[in-house]
Amino acid sequence: MKPSNTYRLSFIVLSLVLILCFVANISLGSIYIPFNSIFGSLFGTIDNSKWEFIVTNYRLPKAITAIIVGSGLGISGLLMQTLFRNPLAGPFVLGISSGASLGVAIVILGSGLFGGVLATILGYKWSIYIAAALGSFLVLLAVLAVSSKVRDTMAILIIGLMFGSITAAIVSVLSYFSSAEQLQQYVFWGLGNISNLTWEELKVFSRLYGIGLVLAIVSIKQLDAFLLGDNYVKSLGVPLKRVRHVVILSVSLLAGTITVFTGPIAFIGLAIPHLTRQIFRTSSHKILLPAVLIIGAIVMLVCDSIAQIPGSDYTLPINAVTALVGAPVVIWLLVRKRRMMF
Amino acid sequence: MNNNIKHIILKANDLSIGYKTKKAESVVSSNINFELEKGQLIGLVGANGIGKSTLLRTLIKVQPELSGTIKINDKDISTVPSQHLAKELSIVLTDALTSKNLTVYELIALGRHPYTNWIGTLSLEDKTIIDNAITLVNITDLKHKRCYELSDGQLQKVMIARALAQDTDIIILDEPTTHLDMYHKAYILKLLQKLTKETGKTILFSSHEIDLAIQLCDTMIVMLQDQLVCDQPCNLISKGVFDSLFPKDLISFDNQTGSFRVSK
Repeated sequence: MKPSNTYRLSFIVLSLVLILCFVANISLGSIYIPFNSIFGSLFGTIDNSKWEFIVTNYRLPKAITAIIVGSGLGISGLLMQTLFRNPLAGPFVLGISSGASLGVAIVILGSGLFGGVLATILGYKWSIYIAAALGSFLVLLAVLAVSSKVRDTMAILIIGLMFGSITAAIVSVLSYFSSAEQLQQYVFWGLGNISNLTWEELKVFSRLYGIGLVLAIVSIKQLDAFLLGDNYVKSLGVPLKRVRHVVILSVSLLAGTITVFTGPIAFIGLAIPHLTRQIFRTSSHKILLPAVLIIGAIVMLVCDSIAQIPGSDYTLPINAVTALVGAPVVIWLLVRKRRMMF
Repeated sequence: MNNNIKHIILKANDLSIGYKTKKAESVVSSNINFELEKGQLIGLVGANGIGKSTLLRTLIKVQPELSGTIKINDKDISTVPSQHLAKELSIVLTDALTSKNLTVYELIALGRHPYTNWIGTLSLEDKTIIDNAITLVNITDLKHKRCYELSDGQLQKVMIARALAQDTDIIILDEPTTHLDMYHKAYILKLLQKLTKETGKTILFSSHEIDLAIQLCDTMIVMLQDQLVCDQPCNLISKGVFDSLFPKDLISFDNQTGSFRVSK
């Protein structure tokens, strides 16, 4: 069988799994809703308004958020791994999540100073979003400004890490001086939450995601050239700097918006590209990018379903579930295949 | 009647190469002049640190020249956009591949990059050219292997096939024979010679295999401490250029055999 045919088959199977996971995700939850009522509420042909409300205003936006988060972070991770030629790179190497944490920490932990003012003007939720966006944007700018002085792509990675340490230190100082209640609030934000987006917020969220995705798609061909190495990239007539900027912009939009709206979701961005490479044994971004998109969405939907603990009143923090479920899977795959594909 | 009007494909004029920082300019080599003819195999030799790689890096526009001009097909490369240059000049470097997970075919197909559409779909013509390159280099049996499965010699052949697939007038190789055993050194250089004959491409490579280069090249560029000589190997020997290539305390050039001998 030709490789392209096996890929086609894998894509069809994965798409079916994605649909299955999506349906399962909106069917499961703390409250049991019969299967045919789920569809009833989706198409507005059901009398039980309580069920309809849960499905259309809670479970559906949550499932869509999960798809955006999983695919967006996965794609960001793939782009960063190729750009930095490093299998350990993830969507947050440029300081996006540490910046967001800093912004949110300043608002929550230093609420006496700035947060109070912001919160009274905008309301708590939006003040967190804006703080996270500002924080990640500013730290990203700082990392890029410093990075423009160095030529080595490896150095950019380390500079990103260092900025992460600096922001973590500032957050520690802030938390040392804050109350237990504020601290708890901050920790909760750090655990990630994909379940409290309204349709309005989801609109903003998905548009920004869409722009980032388009930027990633137009870079597919150029990214393939990056697999050869920088000098070959130039010799193939690829505008190295411009591609690098487009890719960084794409990752900032994808990972940045996701972090702003859902908190720092760990693991997914780093692991999904590796998981995908184990299934699709190729380096071609034309195959990997859509595959990462689908697999990322599937994994996030599954993790969210597990986090809900169907039938119980408890919800686990999504950030813990992604790593608890995902990390062993990746380790198992690497050990079984004995080789990391990159 | 004179049919063999020389077709000059690559020309360096008063070229000065080296590294430029904000504060200072460190010149590696200057006053470089040479002309390369179409369809020739050209070997670039010189002692370690003399600036062979710097010269090649300047020729392939990875680093800017300090002064002087480089012309490919009569066009100054500093004014040619890199998208166009990619169709005139391809390279094989010693740099390690970023991803060794690529299959041989995928890697060679990347040579078609400057010609494909926005998402990189290979046309029928692209596929023919790729298959041609694979046949020319004689690696049909490696086609579906992955790069990490290849030996150094095989990988070098694959990289040459990739450069062929880029379909350029000139191919420049930086030390294509390093890490190879004696047989494969000869094999690769012989392959390059065959390619110039069969495809009419101009191939310039740097190498430390001076004796092999003398036997196989049409023209050689010898980089010495204070000058650069470009001529046919036999002329270079009779002029005694190779004698001044290295310090004379350990090895000396034997004009009869065209190779270096360790002094006893």
